[in-house]
Amino acid sequence: MADFLQLLVSGLATGSIYALAGLGFTLLWQASGTINFAQGEFVMLPAFAMLVLSALGLPLWAAFVATCILAVAVLGWGFKRAIADPLFKSGLMPIVVATLGLSIALRNGVRAGYTAEPQPFPSVFGDQLFHLGAVAVSLVDVGTLAAALALVLATQAFLTRTVTGRAMQAVAQNAASATVLGIDVPRMVFYTFAVNAVLACAAALLITPTYLAKFDMGESLGTKAFFAAVIGGFNNSRDALLGGIIVGVCENLAAAYVSAAYKDAVALAIFMLVILLKPQGLLGKPVERKV
Amino acid sequence: MTSKVPAALALACLLAASTAHAQIKIAVIQELSGTGATAGTNFKNGVDLAIKEINAAGGILGQKLEPSFDDTQSNPGVAKALALKAVDDGAFAVFGPTFSGSMVVSMAQTRNAKVPNFTGAEAASLTQQGNPYIFRTSFTQSTSMPKVARYLATALKAKTVAVIFVNNEFGKGGRDAFVKAADAAHVKVVADISTEAGLVDFSAPVLKAKQSNADALFVYTNEEESARCLRELRKQGFSKPIIGETTLTGQHVIELAGPAANGALAHVGLTAEAPIAAVREFRARFEKAYKSVPDHNGIKGYTSVYFLKAGIETAGKLDRVAVAKALHGLKIHAAKHPGVLMDVAIDDNGDLDRASFIVEVKDGKQEVKEVLPPLGKI
Repeated sequence: MADFLQLLVSGLATGSIYALAGLGFTLLWQASGTINFAQGEFVMLPAFAMLVLSALGLPLWAAFVATCILAVAVLGWGFKRAIADPLFKSGLMPIVVATLGLSIALRNGVRAGYTAEPQPFPSVFGDQLFHLGAVAVSLVDVGTLAAALALVLATQAFLTRTVTGRAMQAVAQNAASATVLGIDVPRMVFYTFAVNAVLACAAALLITPTYLAKFDMGESLGTKAFFAAVIGGFNNSRDALLGGIIVGVCENLAAAYVSAAYKDAVALAIFMLVILLKPQGLLGKPVERKV
Repeated sequence: MTSKVPAALALACLLAASTAHAQIKIAVIQELSGTGATAGTNFKNGVDLAIKEINAAGGILGQKLEPSFDDTQSNPGVAKALALKAVDDGAFAVFGPTFSGSMVVSMAQTRNAKVPNFTGAEAASLTQQGNPYIFRTSFTQSTSMPKVARYLATALKAKTVAVIFVNNEFGKGGRDAFVKAADAAHVKVVADISTEAGLVDFSAPVLKAKQSNADALFVYTNEEESARCLRELRKQGFSKPIIGETTLTGQHVIELAGPAANGALAHVGLTAEAPIAAVREFRARFEKAYKSVPDHNGIKGYTSVYFLKAGIETAGKLDRVAVAKALHGLKIHAAKHPGVLMDVAIDDNGDLDRASFIVEVKDGKQEVKEVLPPLGKI
């Protein structure tokens, strides 16, 4: 039982990171009908930015703040203007292809321009260990879980409890009606991209000490986050949290009780089951979209 | 006057021919660019230093060594072409390449031409193909694992061990050799945990290792996985001895794992930190010449030229086939051939045996904890 609980805590921590990255998928989908398959690389780039800024002498917190500002400019505004806006008129498929291409370009750009070797990344949490009965829980796991949960809930609160958040949701539901109501639609869409960029920075800060900063670290993270978003439900930001937790916990349990070789297949298996049996996601409701 | 010209030409040709024969051509084929650049450059510098020393001392059997250096670009195809070129150029011996994948394709050229070929490659299969012209400069998994198992049984007094290995050619080969060696040393493998290359979250493998309640843990994974495994072991408060082979305590792993690497043990075949006077003197000469600390590949390159010297001197003549025969079964003592740094024995396959080291990571640095004797008598 103690082993199970330990795996559960560790899986919850990993799953919360998937949820954080998965939240980006659902946000962009709702606000602009965009699926960003470079989401994993959107986590990888801030990790390297923080490393470079730290190497220039900035403390980790300052490097994180500076990276968030950079990310809003580059991964938020830049991505929206350069890829999402021009391709949106042509439908979803060009955006999917473009973001797939972008992910390859970003990976290889970092590989060629910085390094192909993994780099150590400082952890915001210490390596203390707590013993709760027979269960050993690390501060890293608890801290990661708490921080990721807080961010997901804060994002959810922002979207539902603030005027700006509600305006963003209105744009997501019906941009034409939102315009009639006087909402600045392009601005709201930009806010969504900006929130996604900041969440990616937070995910980078939490996950990179474990993943290590490497050009291809976003590859599996992006895939798992996409699975998490689909499993939970693509139409509600909160649902990504459930999807992430399910993927993180199940793959950890499978690695321990079945085989480590099948660990990565677990997320795919759940994803396929959900697509077949409940395509709107476990918590999602069928939503009609104009095509 | 006209009659003197052909005579002078003939004399010049004779002189040129005798000058050409007075040199022992050494072809150094190494990974000087690409992914193997660090290993190849170290090996090449080691060879270069040894050749300069030998030439300064009068050469071998009175003849100087004449090296040529070529870059495989870490590419097996280029390595094969360079081996062919070396053979065509009349190289007496070839040093390299270091990548096992390159060696597999290039050694056919040197074998056909009966040219002794020294390599830093470690894949066990290289010396199991009956090639009488291949000679290693370092241990294979089948040589180093018995030493790890012996250390576990005698120094750590372990009766049981858990194994975490990476499920690729490198990991499976090492795991098989270790399990066999552990069995021979009467250490029972109570958990055999396979992990995938690129695995990020080691919580399940480490938990399995903890559950096994083994006396020690043997970790055999690639660099970044080793670092992640060490971090997870620390995270879960693993308190038993953790031991590995060379990679586990490599400098890059130590950097990636941070404080979690402290306390990790590993068996290493060669290290510039070795508490041996000859190794320390070599290190100082290498640092002076190349402004960098030699890694194990630098030591491999340096000592391999002295292996050739010992082989030629034992054969007593500059005959490639005779030298290759002389090298098989040769025991080279550092007292007589200081350039080999440590006593070494070369077996009939071209594999070697010599002393090695157990190192421990302390405060982020490798420290030699124990010198392990050779498996056989040298």
